[in-house]
Amino acid sequence: MTALSYAFVLIATLLILTPFVWLIIASFKTNEDFFTSTFLPTNGGIFDIAWDRLTFRNYVEVFNQPNFARALLNSVMLSSVTAVLATLACAMAGYTLALLSFRGRTAVTWLVLAALIIPPPLLIAPGFQVLFELGLLDSLWGLILPAITPAFGVYLFRQSAISSVPKELIEAARLDGCGEIRTFFTIVLPLLRPTVSAFVMITFLGTWNNFLTPQIVMQSPGGFPLSVAIAQLKNTYYQDYGLLMAGTMVSIAPVAALFLIMQRDFVSGLTRGAVKG
Amino acid sequence: MSSAPVATRSHASSRSASLPVAPWLLMAPFLFGVILFTLVPLLSSVHLSTRQTFGPEFSTNVGTGNFQFLASDPLFWTALRNTVIFTLGSVLIQLPLSLLLALALNRPNLRGRTFFRVSLFSPVLVGVVFVGMIFAVIFDKRTGLINRALHATIGWDIDFPWLESYIMPSLVIATTWQYVGFNMVYFLAALQNVSAELGEAAMLDGANAWNRFRHVILPAIMPVGTFVVLLSIIGSFQLFELPYILLNGTGGPQNRGLTLVMYLYQTGFQTGDLGYASAIGWVMALILGACAIGQRIISKRGERA
Repeated sequence: MTALSYAFVLIATLLILTPFVWLIIASFKTNEDFFTSTFLPTNGGIFDIAWDRLTFRNYVEVFNQPNFARALLNSVMLSSVTAVLATLACAMAGYTLALLSFRGRTAVTWLVLAALIIPPPLLIAPGFQVLFELGLLDSLWGLILPAITPAFGVYLFRQSAISSVPKELIEAARLDGCGEIRTFFTIVLPLLRPTVSAFVMITFLGTWNNFLTPQIVMQSPGGFPLSVAIAQLKNTYYQDYGLLMAGTMVSIAPVAALFLIMQRDFVSGLTRGAVKG
Repeated sequence: MSSAPVATRSHASSRSASLPVAPWLLMAPFLFGVILFTLVPLLSSVHLSTRQTFGPEFSTNVGTGNFQFLASDPLFWTALRNTVIFTLGSVLIQLPLSLLLALALNRPNLRGRTFFRVSLFSPVLVGVVFVGMIFAVIFDKRTGLINRALHATIGWDIDFPWLESYIMPSLVIATTWQYVGFNMVYFLAALQNVSAELGEAAMLDGANAWNRFRHVILPAIMPVGTFVVLLSIIGSFQLFELPYILLNGTGGPQNRGLTLVMYLYQTGFQTGDLGYASAIGWVMALILGACAIGQRIISKRGERA
């Protein structure tokens, strides 16, 4: 039984990792080698693999495409700014709903829960019209502002504040004359750190990978993030596989790197929270 | 500052009551965002669904016309059918695989658990658009990895048209690749609720693997299970990017790859009728609402039983 489980997991892992390996190799092959070899081009060097035929040319070429470097920059800017602002906005609101008492708290909590269950496709068309009325179409703010107040984030921080911010601490700070805003930044935010790093990561990823919203909102190619730019690239160079795979690598690599750096905070945190051991 | 604690306590509480500004200040960004970008669009979508628009600027009133047209719009029904087929396909194929992987990985003596878990989980970090880019090349006719590998091993047709006639299986395969490890993590969490004593008792009573699964494991993971099914249905119903990339923004041959959100996108942003797109959005919301209510009823019944 254990051997069977092991074989099953091993095959599944192999199937999951193969597309990544194929992608990496394809991005370093010339188009000629792409057509003639499945993985690495054979014949020649060590392990009968023609190492010298692998090339960086695809990467050079993809950055020579108009607006591609710009798209990378746009993605970095967009995702960072959105992640920081969304984390701040959601942490502030979540903490307030969890630990401060004021008139209207129940109403706002209900608003969060209501916003949580709205299916996103319902808001695509009317949301576009709101951006049009506000004059935010084709601007990065038109992408950032609607993305910094997800109800899911407020709910997450509310739960996290209930469990990890002691009410006594807030009262003690208040007795010491620490203002509510200062209390939030100096006492509450550090206590929420695990949720903060997980949420920064989730929001960064979500923004980086989002396609539909920038596809609708951005009209001039100079403002495209990578997701939209890569789709355009595919329409133009649908037969230049090496170029397309190099562009895809550039789009995936930063996120993978970030993930590896923050793994401790993120995956182990996520699985430790959900799965013991 | 805290030299007279008794006096400051009453002073502090009266100050926090007389200064309710701070809570609202802390919530201001969220309230601003949720009102402007969730509440206003939600309310205006009701109005918008009764209009035919020509871009965001011009519109005429059509009353319930959009919904009447929807009922007899063959493209809408094609999109709905495709979406339902895709949803069934991914729920019925992907979730059992996720559960099996979780069961296999849940053995404490399995070596390399962390490596397997992280590897299986990793595709979910890749954006759907980029998954689409990878699979557009993998599913390619003559040069794609799948046709090549199958051709070399079992003599499979090297020109098998994955992205034409077999777009639905292609979408299910690519989605399974992306999410099977993600859903596995949910099931792994759920498996922690399985009582070890109950499993051992069943084993001592001579229950076979299937019966242990059916009567010990399944009841314990049911609450998470129905929730994962609901999340998968909601996610599958919003399928858009993958077919958009694989089919270059079209519905594919005979619209076999047209999904509801793709149709919503096409009507709203290619044809420019935001009103009709809103009507499609409402139909989707109602279907998903019904699924959520169904999940609640099933999990309530499970709790009582």
